[in-house]
Amino acid sequence: MSADAPAILAQALTKKFQSFTAVDHLDLSIAKGEIVGFIGPNGAGKSTTIRMLCGLLRPSEGSAQVAGFDVSSEAEAVREHIGYMSQKFSLYGDLTVRENLRFFGGIYRVARREIDERMKFAISMAGLEGREDRLVRTLAGGWKQRLALGCAILHRPPILFLDEPTSGVEPEARRRFWDLIHEFAADGVTILVSTHYMDEAEYCNRIALIDRGKLIAIGTPSELRAHQLGGELFEVGCAPLGAAMKALSDAPGVVDAAIFGDRLHVVLGAGGLDAADLPGFLGEHGIEVDQVRSVPPSLEDVFVQLVSGSPEERMIP
Amino acid sequence: MAYKEMLQIRRDPRSLAIALLMPLMQMAMLGYGVSLDIRHVPLCVYDQENSQQSRAIVDQFISSGWFSISQTLDRQSDIRHAMDRGECVAALVIPADFSRQLATTGSANMQAVFDATDVNTTNIALGYAQGVVAQANAQIAADWNASHGVHPSPVGQIDLEPGTWFNETLDSRNFIIPGVVAVILALVGAQLTSLTISREWERGTMEQLISTPVSALEVMFGKLLPYFAIGLIDAGFCLISAVAWFGIPFRGSIVTLFVTTTLFNVVVLGIGYLISVRIRSQLGASQIALLVTMLPTTLLSGYTFPIDQMPAPIQAISLIVYPRYFVTILRAIFLKGSGLSDLWMPLAGLSCYAVIILWLAARAFRKRLD
Repeated sequence: MSADAPAILAQALTKKFQSFTAVDHLDLSIAKGEIVGFIGPNGAGKSTTIRMLCGLLRPSEGSAQVAGFDVSSEAEAVREHIGYMSQKFSLYGDLTVRENLRFFGGIYRVARREIDERMKFAISMAGLEGREDRLVRTLAGGWKQRLALGCAILHRPPILFLDEPTSGVEPEARRRFWDLIHEFAADGVTILVSTHYMDEAEYCNRIALIDRGKLIAIGTPSELRAHQLGGELFEVGCAPLGAAMKALSDAPGVVDAAIFGDRLHVVLGAGGLDAADLPGFLGEHGIEVDQVRSVPPSLEDVFVQLVSGSPEERMIP
Repeated sequence: MAYKEMLQIRRDPRSLAIALLMPLMQMAMLGYGVSLDIRHVPLCVYDQENSQQSRAIVDQFISSGWFSISQTLDRQSDIRHAMDRGECVAALVIPADFSRQLATTGSANMQAVFDATDVNTTNIALGYAQGVVAQANAQIAADWNASHGVHPSPVGQIDLEPGTWFNETLDSRNFIIPGVVAVILALVGAQLTSLTISREWERGTMEQLISTPVSALEVMFGKLLPYFAIGLIDAGFCLISAVAWFGIPFRGSIVTLFVTTTLFNVVVLGIGYLISVRIRSQLGASQIALLVTMLPTTLLSGYTFPIDQMPAPIQAISLIVYPRYFVTILRAIFLKGSGLSDLWMPLAGLSCYAVIILWLAARAFRKRLD
């Protein structure tokens, strides 16, 4: 693989399960050393995409290269170059920390003289010193998950696929986990990580938003924030929220209106209502407005606006 | 891979205990339960004469060990009642002139009535009864000769019923127990391995495993080796108990036994593994394993029902029932002391099986989720 070739390249990657299209003509190019966050609602196709890239699922259409190898025809070569953490915790609970590491070291074919050093590294990385002989099922979530990462990197893979690695893990452990991911990226490891925590998206170099199997936006967090909204974002404190959202969504100049907690986020484009008009406009609809202020858009705003569908489906899980 | 599997088996001592003890329990159950021999057949006696001679005959029935007296009756009609209530399987009726007949003519009749609802038991019990009577006759003949001083033409002294066969007590056990060993190993081995792969699918560890460069052969041998060891230990238990507990004569060589048992184990575990690879739930895999091993093994392996008595199409089907080869082999080693060269036919059958099964099993494992 040449230095500037993408580590992960997907072209029109598609997966159909009977009549259901889980991933729909997805194009993705990830450079070496990049951390790319995969964000989307449950069932958007994140896991399916990652599984195809790991050679675990055969693409129905399109193609993908990982580390320069085709995921359909050269799956074995792909597997030698990747580390994968599946969504479900998948180490052996009835083995100890050390035994799990040794097992994965064995099947990843880590050389005998290297295995001790690699295991030591994985144990210290996961902060599991002194717990080497504990059965894995007795460990708390954060440790389990760092150990799973430790197992996935034993053979120093240049590419890591992490499928919702932080789900169900307490915030402190999540932050630690992300520190580790950044350390790997600094060493040149390419990482594709899926998550449904919006705050985690900010840790990524680039974010790929995916919904109903389609890639709907990709870019750095600031790019997405700056360009994707198509207008300026205002936070409106008003009541009742539902009626206000309904009234605004048909109003001229309103790009988007969505409920955020106990407030409304409204994106205003050019040539229609501006921020000063909002109290008056809403007042005509019998809605009481107590505050309108300009706010910097969060990724959540971007995401909510991009993901189309009914309001229930818009909720970030 | 094999080491990890071994660790996991050790971490689960309950399953290990089951794996090791189940064959012994089945051995006890099948060994005793399936035996075609019968002891202590409940017998009712309606002794109309109640003389010294008639009581002597009854005593001979009891001392044979095959019968035990459940009731002494006073009326012919009571026999019917006793049988209806299941209190006896056989009834002995001795006429009032039994000893007089015997003394004057040298022969006498007595009647044995059998509850023939269980034809098997009836046949065997009848055989036993005739055995007892034959023995008594020999005694009577000797007495008659002693008192009369002549050799009469062979008169049937006590006449029970026209002859049926007589089954030596140990015959069927020697025949059946080696077969039982084969059946148990086939069932237990397939059950054990049927879970290995499906367990990993269920726990989600398989997804991790197949994302690694591990090869299908590595997985297969890693999974099978520890169970192979358990299978051999089980076989050892069963074979030792056959000899030590059931007293089956062992006339062959240990080497022959070891080689053939090893080969059989490969087939059995391979089948379990193949099922495990195809069925991704533990429950399903274990049920399929039971289904594909239990019925053909118990019915068509020839361990109780002789294959050469079956209709030709069924005999043909039994050719694919792999335990039949091992049943044949074990019987030959135990009872005839056959060596490897005598057993080439069933050995060839098993070898073909082993090769085909392992080939299929290695191919069946796919490192894909779909």
